Amino acid sequence: MVEFRHKTPLIDQLETGPWTSFVSDIKREHESRMENPKGIDFQFNQDCCDDLLGVLELSYEHGRTHWKHGGIVGVFGYGGGVIGRYCDQPEMFPGVAHFHTMRVNQPMGHFYSTKYLEQIMDLWERRGSGLTNMHGATGDIIFLGTSTPQLEEVFYELTHNIKQDLGGSGSNLRTPSDCMGQSMCEFACYDTQEICYQLTMEYQDELHRPAFPYKFKFKFDGCPNCCVASIARSDISFIGTWRDDIRIDQEAVKAYVGGELKPNAGAHAGRDWGPFDIQKEVIGLCPTQCMSWDGSKLEINTPECTRCMHCINVMPRALRIGLDTGCSLLLGAKSPILDGAQMATLVVPFIKVEPPYDEIKETVIEPIWDWWMEEGKNRERLGELIKRQGMQKVLEVTGFKAIPQMIQEPRSNPYVFWKEDEVPGGFKRDINEFRKYHQR
Amino acid sequence: MDEEAAKKLIVETLQKKKGKSKFYLKDFYKMLPDEKPRTVKNLVNKMVGEETLEYWSSGSTTLIGLKGVGKQAGAEDEED
Repeated sequence: MVEFRHKTPLIDQLETGPWTSFVSDIKREHESRMENPKGIDFQFNQDCCDDLLGVLELSYEHGRTHWKHGGIVGVFGYGGGVIGRYCDQPEMFPGVAHFHTMRVNQPMGHFYSTKYLEQIMDLWERRGSGLTNMHGATGDIIFLGTSTPQLEEVFYELTHNIKQDLGGSGSNLRTPSDCMGQSMCEFACYDTQEICYQLTMEYQDELHRPAFPYKFKFKFDGCPNCCVASIARSDISFIGTWRDDIRIDQEAVKAYVGGELKPNAGAHAGRDWGPFDIQKEVIGLCPTQCMSWDGSKLEINTPECTRCMHCINVMPRALRIGLDTGCSLLLGAKSPILDGAQMATLVVPFIKVEPPYDEIKETVIEPIWDWWMEEGKNRERLGELIKRQGMQKVLEVTGFKAIPQMIQEPRSNPYVFWKEDEVPGGFKRDINEFRKYHQR
Repeated sequence: MDEEAAKKLIVETLQKKKGKSKFYLKDFYKMLPDEKPRTVKNLVNKMVGEETLEYWSSGSTTLIGLKGVGKQAGAEDEED
């Protein structure tokens, strides 16, 4: 029976809820480290998990954190991937006095082999706390807790033995993240894993060394279902879409209506929702009302379709994405830090996604970066700069034309204005000529 | 400005700073106003590689200072 040095009555309550508790996980890791059945030659404090629980209990007692913020630690040549963490009660909790975080660039689409998972855990149990966060909000594998001397050791083994790199942190390009894309999903409109990998390789300098006023994120969603939530979480959001018609298999539509095929591919089957009603569940829920069903034929008015994916999700055997595929680019999503949370704004309705992605790099990413590096304030995300300087400025730096989808609703926020050189005759006028027709 | 002169200017400017020891990347842009931000960024990162400067990261933001000035890794767990 492994003993715990610290009594933790407050955080023990977190184990009594209906969900799996991280407290139980940390206790299990402590027991494993103390029993050490594999005979691991621990290079970091063997009892760190016990002290970690202790410092958390103390934080609950005091209602304040006992972690300091940040540090200068890192690996040579990299300005990201390592975050210094120190406990402000090192005498009470020596096992976590230094407890640095490392971010590891996750494989594209989060595909792992068992061998790979065993390798990273063998490394991290030996040279760190054995505790991970799979995955951090950005998508990386997070290694929680090691000492300064272990950082270079972990980095060496990670890169040489496991062929894996550190991810981004600080004012860097953050680890690009993507959905599983065409590897497993029929909805994917482009190869998310390929572009995610290629842009990760192309922008290594921005990923590993601070380049920007603040963090910058790319996320790649293969379709508008947005499984990695790029529209809410990334400075440049890549969302797969198509230009032509949704492909309709009318016989399969009839099979859904007749009950031979289960809607939503059989999901929500835990309860009897009654027979499938195409009018109520598909046609009536179309946000742009671009669909019609006359009892024998389904029709979709493509120019009105916003690619919301609802009909395709409900009847995947009957409806498929079009064949002329690419992606939409949206800019400026962020969570609340300096300013409130905001969703991304559509800037490029459609762009082809084809290697080597020069059009995306040269007409969107790099002009946006140049503008933000020049004009962005310290700790100002791209979305905040867009709000401060206006969408018109984004269009100027990228060269894209204004489109109706950029405004929230007609005639209420017309933030794209004409400039004098864009108007025939400019803004100057002959006042005497004007007065002939208009009284003062 | 040639690279060596720019490096010298950065070091001298940082040495004159009182109070703060870590700075945002944009503070370095102001030291070399005629250079493009990307050029300054590359120079600053090169100086970190040469161990003239060093990074400090909160996890979300990165600051940069002269190496050895201010609190150091071995003492980051100590009180001021």
